[in-house]
Order: sequence, then structure tokens, then C-alpha cells
Amino acid sequence: MSLLQFARKEAPDATPFDCILAAVDVSKRYGERDTAVDALRSVSLEIETGQLTAIMGPSGSGKSTLMHILAGLDRPTAGTVTVAGVEITGMNDNELTRLRREHIGFVFQFFNLLPMLTAEENVLLPLSIAGRKPERGWLDELLETVGIADRRSHRPSELSGGQQQRVAVARALLSRPSVLFADEPTGNLDSHTSDEVLNLLRTSVDELGQTTVMVTHDPHAAALADRILFLADGQIVKEVRESTAAEVLAAMQEVSGR
Amino acid sequence: MTTVALKGLLGRKIRAILTGLAIVLGVAMVSGTLVLTDSIDKAFNFIYTDVRKGSDVVVSGKSAVTVNQGQGSFAPTVADSLAGKIRALPDVARAEGGVNGTAQLVDKNGKAITFGGSPNLGFSIANGDSPFNPLHLVEGHWPKGNEVVIDANVAKRKHLKLGETIGVQGEGAVQTFRIAGIVKFGSASALGGATLAGFDIPTAQRLFAKPGRLDEIAVAAKPNVPEAAVLKEIRSILPPTAQARSGTAQAREDAKQTNSFISFLRSFLLAFGGIALFVGSFVIANSLSITIAQRTRELATMRTLGASRRQVLTSIVVEGLVMGALASVTGLFAGLGLAKGLFRLFDAVGFTLPNSGIVFGTSTIVIALVAGIGVTLIASVRPALRATRVPPIAAVREGALLPESRFARFRTVGSTLVTVLGFASLLWGLFGPHLGTVGVLAYMGVGALFIFVGVAMLSVRVIRPLAAALGWPATRIGGVAGALARDNARRNPQRTASTAAALMIGLALVTLVAVLAAGITSSFKGAVDKIWVADYAITAQNNFSPIPPAAANAVAKTPGVEGVANVRVGDAKSFGKAFFATAVNPPASSIFKLDWKTGSQQTMSRLGSDGAFTDKGYAKSHKLTLGSPVTLTFTNGKRKTFHIKGIFDPPAGGSPFGKVTVSQATWDQYNANPRNLYSFVRIRGGESKENLARLQGVLDAYPIAKVATKKQFVNNQISGLQSTLNILYVLLALSVIVSLFGIVNTLVLTVFERTREIGMLRAIGMTRRQVRRMIRHESVITALIGGVLGIVLGIVLGALLVSRVSFIQFALPVVSLIVFAIMTIVVGILAAIFPARRAARLNVLEALQYE
Repeated sequence: MSLLQFARKEAPDATPFDCILAAVDVSKRYGERDTAVDALRSVSLEIETGQLTAIMGPSGSGKSTLMHILAGLDRPTAGTVTVAGVEITGMNDNELTRLRREHIGFVFQFFNLLPMLTAEENVLLPLSIAGRKPERGWLDELLETVGIADRRSHRPSELSGGQQQRVAVARALLSRPSVLFADEPTGNLDSHTSDEVLNLLRTSVDELGQTTVMVTHDPHAAALADRILFLADGQIVKEVRESTAAEVLAAMQEVSGR
Repeated sequence: MTTVALKGLLGRKIRAILTGLAIVLGVAMVSGTLVLTDSIDKAFNFIYTDVRKGSDVVVSGKSAVTVNQGQGSFAPTVADSLAGKIRALPDVARAEGGVNGTAQLVDKNGKAITFGGSPNLGFSIANGDSPFNPLHLVEGHWPKGNEVVIDANVAKRKHLKLGETIGVQGEGAVQTFRIAGIVKFGSASALGGATLAGFDIPTAQRLFAKPGRLDEIAVAAKPNVPEAAVLKEIRSILPPTAQARSGTAQAREDAKQTNSFISFLRSFLLAFGGIALFVGSFVIANSLSITIAQRTRELATMRTLGASRRQVLTSIVVEGLVMGALASVTGLFAGLGLAKGLFRLFDAVGFTLPNSGIVFGTSTIVIALVAGIGVTLIASVRPALRATRVPPIAAVREGALLPESRFARFRTVGSTLVTVLGFASLLWGLFGPHLGTVGVLAYMGVGALFIFVGVAMLSVRVIRPLAAALGWPATRIGGVAGALARDNARRNPQRTASTAAALMIGLALVTLVAVLAAGITSSFKGAVDKIWVADYAITAQNNFSPIPPAAANAVAKTPGVEGVANVRVGDAKSFGKAFFATAVNPPASSIFKLDWKTGSQQTMSRLGSDGAFTDKGYAKSHKLTLGSPVTLTFTNGKRKTFHIKGIFDPPAGGSPFGKVTVSQATWDQYNANPRNLYSFVRIRGGESKENLARLQGVLDAYPIAKVATKKQFVNNQISGLQSTLNILYVLLALSVIVSLFGIVNTLVLTVFERTREIGMLRAIGMTRRQVRRMIRHESVITALIGGVLGIVLGIVLGALLVSRVSFIQFALPVVSLIVFAIMTIVVGILAAIFPARRAARLNVLEALQYE
């Protein structure tokens, strides 16, 4: 059974949103008065459902800060963020916790796997935290698709970087979140393994309709996106649709030059 | 999440074990104490019930004043005709009288046979086959005339055989007896090193100076007669100085003093177990805090995956619980082994404890487990709560630190408050009025707890300067490694303080004990210097037991002796309260020098039949002045009114006299078998080798006593204190060992944390030896911080206690303090061995890549 068939069979009610995630006038300021730093200035954007959106920018552009705020990991100094129609910027810790269980998935740069759990246990972690059991067969399908089914009982220390990241992707996909956030997912991988992981992310967008937001500085990664947002000095300065790596690179240089 | 918690523990096995060890030791002490005391208790109960098993009723002397065993007084005796009268009663089937006393066995060389401080029991055996006799013959026959039966234990140990002669000293000089039989007592394997000597009744009465008297009468009723009836019958013919109890009631009564000693021993040892657990809690809290700081990214990741704060809390608590439970179970069984080992240890030194099986009761299991798990949980609370405050964003940020606790601002204020509260409670316990012993100890204990916690928290502020100062030697002798070590210790003051705190507690207590001992010793020495005007002292072999006056009397008759002043001692009652009373004879006025407020030195020789003197404190609290009447009730029930002829001011270290002192002649009228606590001798020629030899020669016939010069006397009295001190040090050493594990733990964790840093140091050229040295110096600096804080705190606490207790003055045990400081350094070096090796063995390349 292909991933697609499985997904269609078990898919929850189709989301009615075109834009599952929306940010309005989001600002982030660190420090006060003289020593204040504006990491984000009044950023507004919409993330389209079922698409891979990349956020790019030079260091200091605020891209990581933006993603943390979109994902509910951080609070903006001003502005609102809405996920699946619910405003998350005013939520308290309990509500955010529930949000993370059902609507948000993460892939980290440094994999962030728990070292004492096996690959399978790591993948199941979000569900066991929520106290739910995985749907029969879904786990196996996922492990198969991701390509670590034969290493499922190995610990992270026994897996290569690429394998670990694939476990992390499987973990993020398991509960089929509304939005999957990937923070420099290929930052710690070589080019070959990077491609594997990126293809995996692309596949999940195409076959599962998984909305994904990826922060990256890698033009190859961005080239896979449906839409790329460029940040500089805390503001969105450019937006392009599907591009090649070379075009992305050129756009980056243009943005950094400013 | 529970799986995560458990797998977490398994993944960090070494760390978990090291942390758990902190609890194992404390629980082992608690469990060992309970097993030991329960077992001894059971054994003694068997002994006491065995002794009375044939008796339905026991008639004994009734003392008007509570008699403390071994303190010089005895219950009155009854006439031996009473036994015949009881035998004649209609419901009585059998009645046998008995006498008992201290029978010191003396070997062929004239030396007293003693095993540790165990008693030397002597008694009469009316009829070997009587149902009242708990002994059974192993060899030989029951004694008659100049014969004695002795116990199998002493016979074996001293290679004594049937038919041989052996010396026995009772009230008078040593006498020779023939060993007629070897006996064994009932079910217990040995009576804890006590020696038994049995004689026939007339011999016993002669030996213990109770002619025509009996100490007890054992009675068996006719069959089918109810106990109450026999008791009533017997009571009707008893004189007022006698009482009758049922056999079981008598056994209970007999057991009372032993029971109260065992309870005291149990509480005493449990207190030290508690201290070890308290120190263990610091170690656990510290280890958990460090571990959680290192697991920040892991915990944050779980939060991003949707774990709630409560789930994180539960996970940490479960980890703590599992570790605590495993450690407690280990400790429980370790304690069992410890108790068994102690029995064997005591046996090896000749002080065989009565043993009728090891008692491993349910209460022991429950108490040990609850204590261990409880302490672990309490220690886990704060670190667990901090863990819940890890923000999810820490999963992405490199090197994210735990957010400052909400209460961080209040730390200084809070810890000062806690410390102040602690001192307040301690001071209240010391100086508060109307507090019973339990109250005093409770306030002091709680106060000490608060002080330790408060000072540990406050110490964070002095870590930097203290580490700089204490680390200075490291920079000199350790080179670069030493300098780095000193900086490392100052890097995270909170962590250094927590680690050092555990050692601080142990050292504070050790110092406190040393200060008190030094104080007691110096004031005692001062008191003896002031009061003693004699040449020699005569005391019991063990320095503290009261002995029959025969020895002193013999010395008094020796040519050359100018005077012997005796201090008789015993229980008496006055103003409704029982206390130790003493008596002196006329030579006292030239052998003791007291500071008289009313009366003079001559008062001691002019007491007459109704004169008494007392100390300033007693006079003040009972409003006594010259001529005031004081009515004393003696153990035989008789009362006499005395008049105060003198009031003296005792020196800080105390005096040899009790609350009220009367003349020896009068005392002997009211105490049939008086006892001397000490006797002091003035001899022509003063202290000299010849005089010493002469006195020792006289005492050959009284092996129960010995003669000492002033210096020897002081040292002998203090030697008991030194032994107690050593026991206390050993018990506190346990807590020091626990804190040693704490230091090892912290070092292992910080080495782990600094893997990349150590890799970098090695990469730029630091050798393995230098790395080891760095860790070692860091360990020593941390230990020294704990040591210095502990010693200072111990001195402060000691000073407070001394100010409260009048008979101790403040003295600084400088030598001991230096030893403690050296010991602290040794602890630091030992603690560093394992972590230093780990640090040195890090593979440079792997370490550099460590994330």
C-alpha cells in the first residue's frame, strides 16, 4: 500500500483552510531603549496549505526568530499568529502544549533524538506523550517510506546522521500535524544525505499534503520549495515561486547586497 | 513518559548508581541499627523471662528511691526467715531465697577477669535442681561451701577447668574458691561477656556481706491456685521494705533498665543514620540539578513534541522514585549484613552480644524504605520543578541555560531568613525555659537542619572569594592545571556550593564534637587541678564503677598513709526528686580544696551525724542557707533530716560531689552495702615510685580496684571520653563518605559536560597527567570549601552549646582541626581518582566533536 493510499484512507476531515498559518504584523524586539534590537519588524505572511514554503536569509535576518514565533516556541513583542483558525499568540502553556501535540511537528538541525530510545521509540514519542496509540500499520508504512524500517530497534548512536534525521522526519510526520516546521534540516548533513532528507520532505508534501515550513540557507533545499520568502533585517524583502538552485542563489545575493 | 524515565535511568547507569549510593549508606545505617537493636532486645527479653520462668511470684526488696543499677545504691534486703514464713503459706508449694552481688573473678596472676564493661554477676544457688534455677550444669556439680560454679564462656576463654582454684572478690578482699561446676544459661549463647559465679546461700551471704539476708525469694504456687490469690497471701505477711510481683511482672521490671538503654542506643544510632540520609539528600538534589541542566535540550525537545509540564515533572519524579527505591532496598539488605557483621565484630573483641537470632522485622523494612524513598523524593522536588521550567525553545538554541528561577531574586533574603530561623530555634532549644529533654533535642535538631540548609544556600555568595583563596596553593603547585582548576571551581558557584555543602555538614558535626570534647577535657582538668590536693586516687579498674569500701579501708590502714578521703555515692531522694547523693569522711578536709561560700574546709570533717553540704546551684534553687533543713530519703525507705553546714561553688569542670553530701558514718547507717566512687590518698613522701609500689601491693588483694597518680587519674577519666569520641567520629565518618560520593558525582557530571572543552585543552597540548591534575585540584578545592565552611560552622555551634552548659568551657582543639583539614584534602584527592581517570581517557577527536 502506498503512502498516498494510506493517507487518503485515514485522512481526517479535509482542512477547510487555504492558508493554514497566518502571521499579522509580527514584531520581535530584544532588550530595551538604547540597547534594543529589532529582530523582526511588522512581518505579515500567509502559509498556504499543502505546500512547502522556505524561509531564507543571511544570518541576522531574523529567519530563525520568525520560525520560532510561527511555531509557537516564542512570543512576538507585537502582532498575532493564527494556526488553523486559532490565534496562538495569546495561548498559555497548557494550550500551547496541546497545540504541539496535534498541530505542529518539528525537525531540528541537530536531530534532537532521545539517545536512550530506539529509532522506533523515538518516532512514537509524540504519540506516547499524548497517550495515543498509532493507527495499525501507519507506523510501519512510515518507517518503510522513510527508509529506516530495518534499523528500527537501533539507538541513535548506532545510526548515521542521515538516518537519524530521517527518524526525526518520521517522528514529525507521525501525528500528521497541520504544519511541519523544519529548522535547517540539512545543516548537519553532507550533500548526498541532504538530498535524501529533502526528497523525503518533498514527498510528504506531495503525497500527504503535509504543509511544511522550512528555514534554510541552503539553495539546494530552497530549490525544492513551492514558495520562498526572503528575509533581511527583520522584514520580508522578496518572494519567489518555484526556482532552481541557481536562481535561488542569485536572489540570495541580491537580498544580501541590499 | 514512564518508559522515557526508566530508559533514561538505564542509559545513565553509572551516574544513577553513584547518586543512589548516597542513599544506600544512610538506609543501611538505619536498617542495621533497627536489626541490631531489635535482635538484642529479643535476646535480652528471652534472658529475663528465662530467669523467672519457674517463678509464679517473686518477692524482692522495695526501694524508696529509684535505684539506678551500677550507681552505688541497692534495694533493701529481706531477712532470710521470710522465706520460711512464705513457704508455710497454704497456697505456696515452694519458696527459695537468693542473694546476689558483684563477684569479680580473679585469675591465677591476680588480675581481674573482665570482658569490656560487662557485669560480673554473682548469685546464690539454693538448690541446683529447683525449677527456679535457669542454669544447667554442663560439667561437675552444684557448689557447696568454698566452691563456685562459673559460666562456660569464661571457662573457655580463660582456660579454666574443674577442680582448679579461682579468686573471687565480693565485698571484702579476694578469696579463693574451687571450681565445682561449669554452667550455661538457658537459650542465649552468651550473656554478652558477663561472667557468672554461683555459690551456695551461706557462702553467698558471706561473700556479699548480707549475713542472714536475702535479695529475693522465688515462689511457686500450688497447682490450680490463681496468681492473685497467692500474691494477696504473700503480701499480707511482707514487711514494708519488701514487695511481691508476679513472675512475668518481675521479668518486665528486670528488663526495664536494659530496655531503656536499648531504646537510647537505638535513637542514638538512628540519629546518625538520619544525618547520613540528610547529607545524602544534598547529594541527590545536587546530582539531579546538574543532570537536568545537562538534559536541557532533551527536556525541551520533549516539550516541543507536546509533553506538558506535568509530564516532565512526573518523568523526573519517577526517575527519582525508582532510583530511591532501588537504593533503599539495597541499603535495607546492606544494613542486615551490617548488623550480622557487628555481632561478629563484638564477639571478636570479647564483648559477645546476647544473640538469639537476627530479628528482621516488618517495621525495619517499612521504616528503612520509607526513609530512603522519602528522602530521595524530597531531594528531587526542587530539581524536578526546575526541569518543568525548561522552555521548548531550548531545543533549538545551542548552549541554552536554564532560565533563572522565579525566586532567584529572593535567594539571599530567603536563605538568610532560613539561617536566622535555624539559629533562633537552636537558641530556643538551648536557653528556652521549661523544655523537656525531647523538646530541647527537637528544637536543636530542627534548628541545626535549618542552619545547614540556610548556610548551604548562603555559601553561594562566598564561593568565588573562597575558591580564589583556597585555590591559591593550586596555582602554585599545580601550574596551568591548578589555575584552570581554581577557575573551574569559581565558574558555577551554585554548583560548587551544593557539592561542598554535603561535606560541610559532616565536618561541622565532627568539629562540634571535637570542640565539646576539648571543652569537657579542659574544664575537667581545670577542676581536678583546683580540687585535688592528694597524691593518689583509688578507682575501679574501669574508672567509673562504684566499688566496695574494703579496698580503700585496707589502704587507710597501710603504714605511711596519712589519710584516705572516700566519696561514697548512691541514690537518695529529697524535695520529691531522686538524685545522686554523696558522703565523705573527715580526711576530706585536707584532701579536697573547695571554694566555700558558706562554711569552710573544716566543714567536711565536722559534718557529724546530721550535717550536710551542697553546691551553690542546688542551694539557690531550693533556697538553702546555713542551717536550712534537708530531708533525705534513702533506698531503704528511712528518712533523716540534715542541716546545711556548708555551701560551695564548684569549678566549671564539676566536682566529685553530688547534690547533697553527708558524713560517711551517717551514710553507712542507711546503706547496708555502701560504695565508693573514688578514694583519694595522702601518703608520706607524696608521689613516688616506692609509694606507688606499696599501694599497688596492698591492692593485690582487691583486684577490682586500682591506684592512679593525679595525671593517670585525669587521663583515665578522660579515656572514657576519648572512646566515646572515637565512636562518634566513626559514626559521622559515614556521612563524610556519603558526601565524598557527592563530590565524585559532581566531578563525573562536570567532566561529561566539559567534554568538548577538555578535548580542546588536550588538542592544544595538555597532557593526560595535567588533565588529571586539573580535576584533582578542582576536587580538593571544592572539598576544602566544604571543610572550611564546616569547621567554622562547627566552632560557632560548639561555642553556642558551651555557653549554655555550665560545666564545659570553650577550648579550641587545634590539633584535631588540623587533622580535619588534612582529612578534607584527602577526601578531595580520593574523590578525584575516578573522574580524573575518565577525563584523561577522553579521545581527543571524539571529544572535540562532542555536541
